[in-house]
Amino acid sequence: MKIYLDNAATTPMAKEVLEAMLPYFSEKFGNASSIHSYGREAAEAIEKSREKIASKLNAEPGEIIFTSGGTESNNIALKGIALANKAKGQHIITTKIEHSCVINSAKFLERNGFNVTYLEVDRQGIVEPEKFEKAIRKDTILVTVIHGNNEIGTVQNIGELGKICREHEIYFHTDACQSFTKEEIDVKKQNLDLVTINAHKIYGPKGVGALYLRNGVKIEPLLHGGGHEKNLRSGTYNVPGIAGFAKASEIITKPSVERMRNLRDYLIKRILDEIPKSKLNGHPTKRLCNNVNFSFKNIEGESMLMLLDNAGIAVSTGSACSSHSLKPSHVLTAIGLPPEDAHGSLRISLGMDNTQEEIDYAIENLKKIVGRLRNLSPFR
Amino acid sequence: MNPRNAGEIEKADGVGIAGNMVCGDVMQIFIKVNKSADGNNKHDLIEDIKFKTMGCAAAIATSSMITEIAMRKTTEEGLKITMEDVADALDGLPPVKMHCSNLALDALAEAIYDYFSKNNYEISEDLKNAHKRIKKEREYAEHLGGK
Repeated sequence: MKIYLDNAATTPMAKEVLEAMLPYFSEKFGNASSIHSYGREAAEAIEKSREKIASKLNAEPGEIIFTSGGTESNNIALKGIALANKAKGQHIITTKIEHSCVINSAKFLERNGFNVTYLEVDRQGIVEPEKFEKAIRKDTILVTVIHGNNEIGTVQNIGELGKICREHEIYFHTDACQSFTKEEIDVKKQNLDLVTINAHKIYGPKGVGALYLRNGVKIEPLLHGGGHEKNLRSGTYNVPGIAGFAKASEIITKPSVERMRNLRDYLIKRILDEIPKSKLNGHPTKRLCNNVNFSFKNIEGESMLMLLDNAGIAVSTGSACSSHSLKPSHVLTAIGLPPEDAHGSLRISLGMDNTQEEIDYAIENLKKIVGRLRNLSPFR
Repeated sequence: MNPRNAGEIEKADGVGIAGNMVCGDVMQIFIKVNKSADGNNKHDLIEDIKFKTMGCAAAIATSSMITEIAMRKTTEEGLKITMEDVADALDGLPPVKMHCSNLALDALAEAIYDYFSKNNYEISEDLKNAHKRIKKEREYAEHLGGK
């Protein structure tokens, strides 16, 4: 049996998505900037995709900028806002649990004269609004907070944070790569100025994403060229990717979110009940419908991952041994896990097609593997 | 994964532990030693050797491999095993995992140190210095709550 339980890393592309993309690789190959019929055909596909994706965020089509993915969208959001608004202020607020593309963009800005506050989160990974508001300064120009955390799954109340930012007239950006189509995102209701989304986490292709940019937000482009995307993101359109992205935004439906949530809770309960010295990381309820993250005492995550892989089960870990830096995950450290718990962490991220039978198989294997590694461990 | 010589030796003649919770690997090595007839402790034979490891697959593999290499070797030969010996016996280790190999050597050195000190044998300066360094790292690990 082969079971893929690493859907927070990436998802398989849905058949419908592939079908939606195929014509734009071959017969409808035109450059969307061309004026002839080939170009118009491609441009039409892009505009339809834009409308579709905008509707998923309750945004206007003109507020969607297509990019190469989450990393690029987050880079534009941080650096583009910083560059365009530095006369107003040079302070940015983010958190200690962001994706590395946000953290490293913030560090880049620090090296270039900006000040960055990295907010602490509580033990379940929640950004506390009171602490958050206190961090705001007169020269704060941007706040960026990840919506659904990619490691521990904690979902922030972005509506509340957005409201605070709007009151202070500060731009609010959220990285919603993990939460898009799974959690409610309504840019109007939640007062969002910028939102990062991408395709390959929702059964779409790799290499395509978008940045929602509220009309009127002052921002500088990072890529200069032919003036695509209202001059904000030059570069020939990835037409098949964009068409696939739009299709992908329809794949995860409310019933599939509900199904994943039930399977998630079933998995969490069985691990807690059946594997001693296991601890759930993240928030028990304010969490992505497909995220499960556990620490198992006295064993190490990478060896768990390898043994599960041998059994055909694909998961992920926050252990240092799986990284190039030999440091445990910054997210697990930020929620206060001691190094040994971070090393013994396992992320299991469900997909919409996983069955209870697969989850049962994974749990049985996990139980055996945890037992085996604990037998090998010098700690009791 | 099928590690050899995993487990503990009851009433071991020497026990060594090495590792660091920050990097996430802790290895423990147990040795049973036969005294040499010539009275020279360098020639004492490691008759049995077992390990316990908390760590990644490479850490488990290197600790298992060092027990294979050191089995039925003298203490002197055991202390001469190098990182490369362990890595080569495993058909190579990625550079990021070479430290696992080092840790296995440390755990073995500690087990031999423990055996020597229990028997009041003379201990070389090199082994004394290694012991100080490894102990420091281990105490750091325990301080972090490994036990």
